[in-house]
Amino acid sequence: MAFWIASSPHNHNHTKTPNLMRLVIYATLPGVLAQWYFFGWGNLIHIGLAMATALVCEFTVLSLRKKPISHELFDGSALLTALLIGICLPALAPWWISVIGTMFAIVIVKQLYGGLGHNPFNPAMAGYVMLLVSFPLQMTLWQPPLTLVAVDLNFSNTLTTILTGFTVEGYSVEQIRTSIDGITMATPLDTLKTNTGLGLTVFESIENPVFGNNFALGWEWINAGFLLGGIFLIFKKAIAWQTPVSFLLSLFICSFISYSLSPDSSASTMFHWFSGATMLGAFFILTDPVTGATSNKGRIIVGLLAGLLVYLIRTAGGYPDGVAFAILLCNMSAPLIDQYTRPRTYGHLKGDK
Amino acid sequence: MSNEIAPQSSNDTDVTDSLDEQAIALATAKAELKAEYKELAIQGLWKNNPGLVQLLGLCPLLAVTSTVTNALGLGLATLLVLVCSNVTVSAIRHWVPKEIRIPIFVLIIAAFVTCVQLLMNAFTYGIYQSLGIFLPLIVTNCAIIGRAEAYASKNPIKQSAFDGLMMGLGFAIILLLLGAIREILGQGTLFDGANLLFGEWASVLRIEVMQLDSQFLLAILPPGAFIAMGILIALKNAIDNHISAKKVVDTEKVIERVRVNFDS
Repeated sequence: MAFWIASSPHNHNHTKTPNLMRLVIYATLPGVLAQWYFFGWGNLIHIGLAMATALVCEFTVLSLRKKPISHELFDGSALLTALLIGICLPALAPWWISVIGTMFAIVIVKQLYGGLGHNPFNPAMAGYVMLLVSFPLQMTLWQPPLTLVAVDLNFSNTLTTILTGFTVEGYSVEQIRTSIDGITMATPLDTLKTNTGLGLTVFESIENPVFGNNFALGWEWINAGFLLGGIFLIFKKAIAWQTPVSFLLSLFICSFISYSLSPDSSASTMFHWFSGATMLGAFFILTDPVTGATSNKGRIIVGLLAGLLVYLIRTAGGYPDGVAFAILLCNMSAPLIDQYTRPRTYGHLKGDK
Repeated sequence: MSNEIAPQSSNDTDVTDSLDEQAIALATAKAELKAEYKELAIQGLWKNNPGLVQLLGLCPLLAVTSTVTNALGLGLATLLVLVCSNVTVSAIRHWVPKEIRIPIFVLIIAAFVTCVQLLMNAFTYGIYQSLGIFLPLIVTNCAIIGRAEAYASKNPIKQSAFDGLMMGLGFAIILLLLGAIREILGQGTLFDGANLLFGEWASVLRIEVMQLDSQFLLAILPPGAFIAMGILIALKNAIDNHISAKKVVDTEKVIERVRVNFDS
C-alpha cells in the first residue's frame, strides 16, 4: 500500500475562475436593477453590446494566440469586464462607445499583456478611462433620472437613441438632457463641481432636482445596490474585506475633515459614499485579484490610497468623478506596495530575510 | 628608362595577364561595393531600422507624428541632418582625436540642425511652428550620433553618405507610417495641413479618408503613439518570424537516428 504524499496546502476550497466570476456577476444584479429602475434601459443595452463585443474580441485574440478557446472564452472574465464597462457608461452614449471601449479593454489591456492574470491594469477601468480621455463629449452625455426626463424613455426610444442619436419621435440627446426650465442636467457630482466653481455653496447646489431628497437622486440607490452585492461577496469570501473597508474609511475621513472645516464648499461624507461610482469601485473593481495588492496589509494600504485619490480628484481634479483614475493609479502602485508588505514567514523573525 | 620598358616589351603575355587580373580585381571590388551598398540599404530600411529595431529617437518619433505632414517635416529634416553629418564626420575622420570625438560629432550635428532650423523658419514657417521644440531637439536624436559613431567615423565619404540616406529614409518611413495611422484614426484625414510644408498648392493633397463625428483623441495624444508604435514593432517581428520560418522549411535537415546502446 502506497501513501500519497503531497505538500501543503491540504485544504482546497475548489473555487474555479468561472464560478468566482459568475458569483461577482450575480452580485452586481441589485445595482444594475437599481440603475434600470432609475435610468431606464440605456445601461442594459450597453451591457449587451459590450458583452457581445467582448466575446467576439476574446475569441479572435485567443484563436490568434492559439490558446484553448472553449476554456478561456467562457471563464467569465471577459463578460465581467464587459458588464463593468456597460455599468460605467452614460446611458445615452452612442453604441460605438461601448464597442470601442470593450475592444480596447479586451484586446490591448488584457490580451496583449498575456491574458487573464497577467494584466497590470484593470481592463474595465482602463477601457473606461481611454473612452473618457478620447471622447470627452460623448462620455459626459449623462442622462438624468427618468423622473426628471420629459421624454418617455421606453426601450425602443432608448435603443434608437443609442443607435442613431435620436428617439423615435426625433428628440436629440441634448433635448432629453434638458429640463423643463431649459437647463441641461448633469450628474450630482458634476453639478456640484460646476456650482462650486461658480461660487455657490453646497446648500444652494443641492436645491437642484438631480440631488433629490437625500444625496443624489437615483445614484444613492444604485450605490446601495452595489453595497448590498459587495457585502454578499464578502460573506461568500469571494473578495477580501480589507480593500473596500479601508477605501470607504479613507474617503469618509477625507470628506469628514473638509466638511467639518468648511461645510459650505464641501459635500457631506455620505454624498461622497453614495454618489458616482464609489460603491462599484470599492467592492467590484478595487478588489480585482489580478491588479490589486495580495497581502492583507497591502490591501489596506491600497484602499487608503484609493480613497485619498478619489477624494482629491473629485474636489481638486478636472473630472467630476475620480474612481477610475484612482483605481488605475493604485493598480500601478500595487506591485510596489506588495514588495514592502510581505507577510512574515512562519518561524522567521521580523526583518529576517 | 630602358630598364623600365624592357620587361614590358619582353613578355606581352604577362602584361595582358596583369591587365586581366586588374580588371578582375576591379570587377570584384565593384561587386563588393555594390554588395556593401545593398547591405547598407537593407540595414537602414529594414534589418536595423532606427525607428523599429534600434528604437532610437523615440521622443520626436512619438511626439510629432500626430499628422502625416508633421511626420514628413521632421522626417525630411532628420534625413538632411543625418546625410550632412555623416558626410562631414566621414571627411574629417582622420584628423579627429579619438578621445574627444563625441563632442566634435555633437557640434557638427548641432551646426547642421541650426541650418535646417533656420531654413525651415524661413521657408516653411507653419511646419516650423507645429514641430516646435522637436526641431532643435534633432541634435539629441541618438539615431544621428549613433550613425556618426558606428559607421561614418570609420568609412569613406560615399558609403557614409549612402548610409545616412538609407538610415534617414528608414526613420522617415516609420514616421510617415505612424503619422498616417494616427491621422486616419484620430481625425479621418491624410495630409491635413500639407500646405504648411509645401506651399499653398498642396492644400489639394488633403484626403478625407472617413467622416468622423468626433476626433478619436487617444490616437492624437502620445499614448496612442506608444500603442501604434508597439503594434508596428510587433508586425515587423511577425514578418521576420514568418520569413525565417519559411527558410527553415526550405532547408529541412535529414534527421539521422543514432543508436545508443546502454549495455556496453
